[in-house]
Amino acid sequence: MFENLSEKLQRAFKNLRGQGTMTEENIQEALREIRVALLEADVNLNVVKDLIDHIREKAIGQEVMTALSPTEQVIKIVHDELVTLLGKDTARFQFASRPPTVILMAGLQGSGKTTTSGKLAAWLQKGGHRPMLVSVDVYRPAAREQLRVVAQSIKANIYQGDTKGEPAGTPLVERLAKEARREAVITGCDTLIVDTAGRLHIDSDLMDEMAKLKALLSPQEILFVADAMTGQDAVRSAEEFHRRLALTGIVLTKMDGDARGGAALSIRHVTGQPVKFIGMGEKPDAFEPFHPDRIVGRILGHGDIMSLMERA
Amino acid sequence: SRTRESLGERIEGVIALTREVDEAALEDLEMSLIASDIGVTTAAEIIERLRDRGKRQGIRNGAELKDLLREHLKQILDEQQRPVAKVAAPPEVIMMVGVNGTGKTTTSGKLAAWYRAQAKTVLMCAADTFRAAAIEQLEVWGERSGVEIVRTKQGGDPSAVLFDALQAAKSRHNDVLIVDTAGRLHTKNSLMAELDKMRRTTQRIIPDAPHEVLLVMDATTGQNGLQQARLFTESAGVTGIVLTKLDGTAKGGIAIAIARELKLPVRFVGVGEKIEDILPFDSGAFVDSLLGN
Ligand SMILES: Nc1nc2c(ncn2[C@@H]2O[C@H](COP(=O)(O)OP(=O)(O)OP(=O)(O)O)[C@@H](O)[C@H]2O)c(=O)[nH]1
Ligand SMILES: Nc1nc2c(ncn2[C@@H]2O[C@H](COP(=O)(O)OP(=O)(O)OP(=O)(O)O)[C@@H](O)[C@H]2O)c(=O)[nH]1
Ligand SMILES: [Mg+2]
Ligand SMILES: [Mg+2]
Repeated sequence: MFENLSEKLQRAFKNLRGQGTMTEENIQEALREIRVALLEADVNLNVVKDLIDHIREKAIGQEVMTALSPTEQVIKIVHDELVTLLGKDTARFQFASRPPTVILMAGLQGSGKTTTSGKLAAWLQKGGHRPMLVSVDVYRPAAREQLRVVAQSIKANIYQGDTKGEPAGTPLVERLAKEARREAVITGCDTLIVDTAGRLHIDSDLMDEMAKLKALLSPQEILFVADAMTGQDAVRSAEEFHRRLALTGIVLTKMDGDARGGAALSIRHVTGQPVKFIGMGEKPDAFEPFHPDRIVGRILGHGDIMSLMERA
Repeated sequence: SRTRESLGERIEGVIALTREVDEAALEDLEMSLIASDIGVTTAAEIIERLRDRGKRQGIRNGAELKDLLREHLKQILDEQQRPVAKVAAPPEVIMMVGVNGTGKTTTSGKLAAWYRAQAKTVLMCAADTFRAAAIEQLEVWGERSGVEIVRTKQGGDPSAVLFDALQAAKSRHNDVLIVDTAGRLHTKNSLMAELDKMRRTTQRIIPDAPHEVLLVMDATTGQNGLQQARLFTESAGVTGIVLTKLDGTAKGGIAIAIARELKLPVRFVGVGEKIEDILPFDSGAFVDSLLGN
């Protein structure tokens, strides 16, 4: 399939062997290849521009080492730059000093919020917590039923509530959220996971609803659930969700496919918030803490990185 | 200040004739293509052709260049438009396929209403027996569109429920059968083989079916969309694309890369979550929105 980045860089550097210094001119082609690789991995255009500027700055003036080829040296710079952007710190979870800790799930339609709510509950249960789930998606057909089935499959507590006779809308959403929190307190659940309806960042009514939910619940975590297959538009939606809600973290779903996942860089760049978890499948246990190294390797083409990092 | 303005205009006019401005305009266009998810390679190729044509046709400014690009993109999409396969005898079988969460179930419901509005009789098959409450979700769409559903229990065999639906549609002389399938990633071989099996089940009962296999793709999809189209075409015999969620800010440029590389037409677009939010594909409107007109 695609030629990987190191092969491309080897071509770009055929004239820069052994000793020497990297200069504006002799890394020009390499930077072009890096740019293309990042764009092909769906990193946003403007984010790529910033990254390339940083990489150029770091590379120019560097002595070409003997231990590493110029290609390896540049890949290491790129790798380090991407890892820095993604943040080295592994995910940590904010728990409330007075339970229940409230986790609000947010995101576009179909990104994986409901599935991830279940995964998160299962993960918390494994860690000795007692989570409670609630769906305030009163809009999409069978959305609340979906969470009920998920909760049942992992034997998690769920607050169902009564929606009969009340029209779908923000008042109902707020009522369900309030009742669920009360229920969590009464039943001794230490975390409340609130699954919300998918919404577009440009839908002002539904974004207002999200802001109201935040005001009502004062959540410790507001997680933006994003599909790993997202392209250039990731920055727009993430930026707007962050502007309205002040997100605390990102979950990148559907990472079990072959998407490069460059959207992770874009979203991290515009929100400044860490990717905390990745979704690796449809089942409740297909859920992992995020490791920046792995996704960077993926963005740059598998295999490139690991062997190199061991030698460098 | 009047003189200065006109001088400025004149200078602009002169600069517009130079190559430099054309190159800047070309680069702007290339960036807007990349920003629409058309992909770097496809964007570069399109711009290369534009540069050639622009030179030959003596293009003078950015606006003319943009017109030329619009025409070119429209042509890429229009070339793939072709009539839907002929239906020897009803029902026409339409299978919805795609990766997880793109809008297959919602589009099934919208399409059911769309065909009903053309006075056709429609049946739906809930062949997503895997995802939690997928069947209940399609049932709501059945109620909304006034269309009956053939279903089984969660965890049931999708080919078996499909078999039942095909028999039912045949014996009831329905015009259209819409089959909602479970979302699956194109990299999962066993799940892709299941689609192939469903297609063979269909052919056994109705030899020229499925008449349409629609790959439902989210307009926010990036470069992975090409691989989705490639592998779903191999396993499921995709005949067309439905591009959903075009009511957001994503432009769906990947559809152009797919049209060029895989020769697949876009059939419908989804523009919302309501039953009427579906439109037959209009290449002109699509390209205009892509170029920000
Ligand atoms: N392969 C894979 N599929 C996933 C993953 N996470 C979610 N899904 C699937 O993606 C689809 C959408 O997931 P949902 O959890 O319903 O998404 P949602 O964001 O709640 O959707 P709406 O509520 O409609 O906005 C379902 O088919 C899930 O099974 C993942 O990590 N990998
Ligand atoms: N804004 C918008 N949302 C849409 C559109 N089409 C579908 N959706 C939403 O996208 C989400 C996923 O839609 P589904 O129809 O459940 O997707 P699916 O492909 O059947 O999902 P799986 O069966 O889980 O793979 C739902 O929240 C839908 O309401 C559209 O055109 N615009
Ligand atoms: Mg949901
Ligand atoms: Mg579905």
